[in-house]
Amino acid sequence: MPRVVLVTGVSRYLGGRMARILTEDPQISRVVGVDVVPPRMDIGGAEFVRADIRNPIISKVINAAEVDTVVHMGVIATPVQAGGRMSMKEINVIGTMQLLAACQKAPSVAKLIVKSSSSIYGAGPKDPAMFTEEMEPKHTPGSGWAKDSVEVEGYVRGFARRRPDVDVTTLRFANFLGPRVDTPMSSYFSLPVVPTPLGHDARLQFIHEDDGLEAIRRATVGDHPGMFNIAGDGVISLSQAARRAGRPTVPLPTSSAGIVGAMIRRMGLADFSPEQVRFLTYGRGIDTTRMRDIFGFEPQHTTPETFDSFVRGRQLNRLMPPERVEAAEEQLVSMLTGGGVSR
Amino acid sequence: MTDARVIPIKAKDTKSNTRKKPAAKKAASKSASPSRRSGASRGSSGGSAAAQRAEEPEEQPTPKHDPLPGTEPEPVAWDRKVANALAFMRRRVTGDYEIDEFGYDRELTDMVLNAPLRPIYSRWFRVETRGLENIPDDGGALVVANHSGTIALDSLMTSVALLDHHPARRQLRMLGANLVFKTPVVGDFARKSGSTLACAPDAERLLNKGELVGVWPEGFKGVGKPFSERYKLQRFGRGGFVSAALRTKSPIIPCAIVGAEETYPILANAKTLARIMGIPYFPITPTFPLLGPLGLVPLPSKWIIEFGEPIYTDGYPDDAADDPMLVFNLTDQVRETIQQTLYKLLVQRRSVFM
Repeated sequence: MPRVVLVTGVSRYLGGRMARILTEDPQISRVVGVDVVPPRMDIGGAEFVRADIRNPIISKVINAAEVDTVVHMGVIATPVQAGGRMSMKEINVIGTMQLLAACQKAPSVAKLIVKSSSSIYGAGPKDPAMFTEEMEPKHTPGSGWAKDSVEVEGYVRGFARRRPDVDVTTLRFANFLGPRVDTPMSSYFSLPVVPTPLGHDARLQFIHEDDGLEAIRRATVGDHPGMFNIAGDGVISLSQAARRAGRPTVPLPTSSAGIVGAMIRRMGLADFSPEQVRFLTYGRGIDTTRMRDIFGFEPQHTTPETFDSFVRGRQLNRLMPPERVEAAEEQLVSMLTGGGVSR
Repeated sequence: MTDARVIPIKAKDTKSNTRKKPAAKKAASKSASPSRRSGASRGSSGGSAAAQRAEEPEEQPTPKHDPLPGTEPEPVAWDRKVANALAFMRRRVTGDYEIDEFGYDRELTDMVLNAPLRPIYSRWFRVETRGLENIPDDGGALVVANHSGTIALDSLMTSVALLDHHPARRQLRMLGANLVFKTPVVGDFARKSGSTLACAPDAERLLNKGELVGVWPEGFKGVGKPFSERYKLQRFGRGGFVSAALRTKSPIIPCAIVGAEETYPILANAKTLARIMGIPYFPITPTFPLLGPLGLVPLPSKWIIEFGEPIYTDGYPDDAADDPMLVFNLTDQVRETIQQTLYKLLVQRRSVFM
């Protein structure tokens, strides 16, 4: 049972909420939140320590507080939040290295939870429909957040080898989505017009922000070492998602993705790393059998429900709200049939 | 098994099959649920042999699929058809439909993607299907067939045969090469119509879910072979399909397809052009590229699809898939069965086009 928990990346939405959730647990006596900037949101009874996990200060924090459980949520997916791709990579990779180095030297640390991502599986035409945890990526991600995640997991594996007494739980999440969380997917579907790869329709999976946090909480308070894919049930296709969001789409040939992606990135609207484009082209599915059977976790929201809660939460201005489409349909039917048919 | 069962089908029967069925199908394709469809075919073809067969699914509804929303079992009137079509369009516009984890969109496949294939099946190729009783009504099974005909029309026709003519209306989940999924539009349609990548995890996943899986182990070697080598089976991959069947203890059903070889006879293969375009072969047929787009029209050969007796794999031990010798032997057995059935059907065939 954890007593003192360290949460990294506490100034961002998920980290902040996680810290607050953990302080509400009566068995946890102390929650220490670390980040480079002070949190904008209320992190409850958690203590905030302004420390850069990229430098050795983190080691002092861990030793001083006698941290026994480290929840690493400091891997950032959105370069805009991190202040550019270069600093994002610094935070993600160097930050993880420093954090793990500090953990390795700290005898009090007994458990490590890493928020990783299903993006480490890459995306491409040779992918199986669903990735299980044992599968190797067929197309190793070569850029952006996905590459960072691969490197982070590499360091975590190294750490687990050197400190076999520490229980390591790696959670590979599908894309987070929900009413409030900011992710590359939320900014993508918030674009006024959604560019889609021509002739492809990716399969997408989402995890609701509440479910994702519950999974991390479960890993923190329980004993579940290992690697787990975490995603809501079901899949939806990219075109289906855009229709559910009421967003008009522009299919563009994938060869133009570089130019369009760069334009959108420059305007600060959404992140379009080449890896992200590959993901939107080929999609990806992760198998959640282990999550259910071994981790013992059941998300409350399915993938389509998660997406709908995102659409409602953001109050996206739908071009064609379903109610209007339905009304139009009923009108047409009654016009054509003289009102004889009730659906 | 060396001698597959032959079910003689009288010419008269075949005629009623091809004439009446499409009309029934057309009426039915507007309605959405399997039970509705059989009601429709009963109404329009009035107790013919075809309708008798089409009635069967009412007693054995497709096990895995629930009826789609918005339908009640009554005769189809035109206003109801309109209402159904509009409801379908509404669900499309608002994204209110389901796809499975492989990307299979059942509603779209049923109502849109299969529609153009049905007349090709019954009118153009006049496909005669034999041995459908060898396909189980439910549970996983692996259909293994010969591949031919430049573009993979044979797989589409096999899928129509099983969906429209098998009593349990089984949807064939086909396994395709990664080139299929790399190609824009083609890959998209393939996934939506239930195909997925030909790899062990996907095959086993589908079989474990009790799906009927279709595989063409010859791959591009089969479809891209010259006309002079017609009906000569190529190498059967690495026997991966046998391993998948052994691991999931699913029966293997050999399937022989005659007629597809003559749809686009490949006279030569422009290898340089193919290499430039990044495709496995560039076919030169009597009509393509000579007649341009017109050359894409397949020759109207007469087709026979015969499903052979299942080869059961549940009697083998659990680790049988790790025994390469057994896998090779089973692969050979399947290949030989298909080859012999092909020869037998070729002898029976009166002419290529009749």
